[in-house]
Amino acid sequence: METGFWSDYGLPGLLILLQCLVVTVCLLVSLAFLLWMDRKVWGAVQLRKSINVVGPFGLLQSFADFLKFAMKEIVVPAGADKTVFFLAPLISFVLATIAWAVIPFNAGWVVSDINVGILFIFAVSSLEVYGVIMGGWASNSKYPFLGGLRSAAQMISYEVSIGLIIVGVLISTGSLNLTAIVEAQRGAYGMFSWYWLPHFPVMIMFFISALAETNRPPFDLPEAESELVAGYQVEYSSTPYLLFMIGEYMAITLMCALMTTLFFGGWLSPIPGLPDGVFWFVLKAVFFFFMFAMVKAVVPRFRYDQLMRIGWKVFLPLSLAWVVIAAGLAQYGVPGYARW
Amino acid sequence: MAFSYARAAHYFVLADFIAGFRLGFKYFFKPKKTLNYPFEKGPLSPRFRGEHALRRYPNGEERCIACKLCEAICPAQAITIEAEPREDGSRRTTRYDIDMTKCIYCGFCQEACPVDAIVEGPNFEFATETREELFYNKDKLLANGDRWEREIARNLELDAPYR
Repeated sequence: METGFWSDYGLPGLLILLQCLVVTVCLLVSLAFLLWMDRKVWGAVQLRKSINVVGPFGLLQSFADFLKFAMKEIVVPAGADKTVFFLAPLISFVLATIAWAVIPFNAGWVVSDINVGILFIFAVSSLEVYGVIMGGWASNSKYPFLGGLRSAAQMISYEVSIGLIIVGVLISTGSLNLTAIVEAQRGAYGMFSWYWLPHFPVMIMFFISALAETNRPPFDLPEAESELVAGYQVEYSSTPYLLFMIGEYMAITLMCALMTTLFFGGWLSPIPGLPDGVFWFVLKAVFFFFMFAMVKAVVPRFRYDQLMRIGWKVFLPLSLAWVVIAAGLAQYGVPGYARW
Repeated sequence: MAFSYARAAHYFVLADFIAGFRLGFKYFFKPKKTLNYPFEKGPLSPRFRGEHALRRYPNGEERCIACKLCEAICPAQAITIEAEPREDGSRRTTRYDIDMTKCIYCGFCQEACPVDAIVEGPNFEFATETREELFYNKDKLLANGDRWEREIARNLELDAPYR
């Protein structure tokens, strides 16, 4: 095959661009239905019919909402720092989307199969806090500022424990590559070969930290509506608000996908004999999104000091201890812990 | 509070969360209580005080005699009336405005009215896109009366024994 700019860089670049486009479009469309599901689940638990007018069962409500947001007027507060004010929602949307580049949907179905996939995701999701802080600060208003402060503290605290929780999985796999992590969970026992069983306690902790990390109830203190109106989003309207919201839900689905890849075997089928495939990945991710929605419906909001206490005094020591325990179990070859 | 192993265990197995989740999941499948509003509506009392209307007699003559009792009693001062004798000498309003943005829907106007001309009908779906549309004039109120006459007459009849 001839070499040259086109065959070396042009075509692969175009291909990657196409892949990015496909992933983003699929994600945005599925996000519309996940939003619908979120509201439906919340309504069902509260004995409400909830959205059911736009389209069959209200399925098209998210698209109607999208139109509504896009057509509204953008209001910029008088004292706002305009550049930062508009940069903030962009940052939180773009970063939440970028992280999906390394998530493997199926064997080989990944935009960028880099060896430090997990590190990349953490680098990106750490940056997400900037979107919130910048939004809170640039609004030049009391409540957004308080919301921004809270979320900065909250997201940083829980990132520490999420990082340590994942170290256990990494020790078991011996790789930071997400595809390798999924492949390491392949075993003779179907769903019982996955990491959720050996890493059960931290799996639960990961789920709870993911709730805190994405500002989901019961840890939605940055936007606690009864205290801060809507936190860092107060001054946002129209498309910037929409970007914030999409970014937030993108981060939530990312956490569901991470949960699936790290602890629930990604695209592997739960029953030995059934074919693996992207179907399982989607099913598992949607199940975790359902759990996110249920938690939102049943758990009341935490107080701020309780949130900090759980993060620093419970999760951090426990996840640190788990790193040591998992490392010890892997070192002495306990089945299920060392798979490299 | 003293340390208790029971409390700690309760906390670490997420007992409260699991109980809450079970309850939530039970409710998830229960029949829903909400009224499917635009398609089904709840029952209204005959005394329901909704949108205002000016009524007419069966021969088409307007009831209002411009006594201005409603204007006088209106606590929100939402009603403005101007009156003049008509060509046939009967006393009629030339202007009858209700500012629906001021109205508090207390029903005093219909209580005050000696001829059952101004009434609050059963309609509560009169939201508008602009504020100006809520400044009702005589034409609008009379049109309301014509439109809702059947329901209004029925409600007045049902409520009559208690007056």
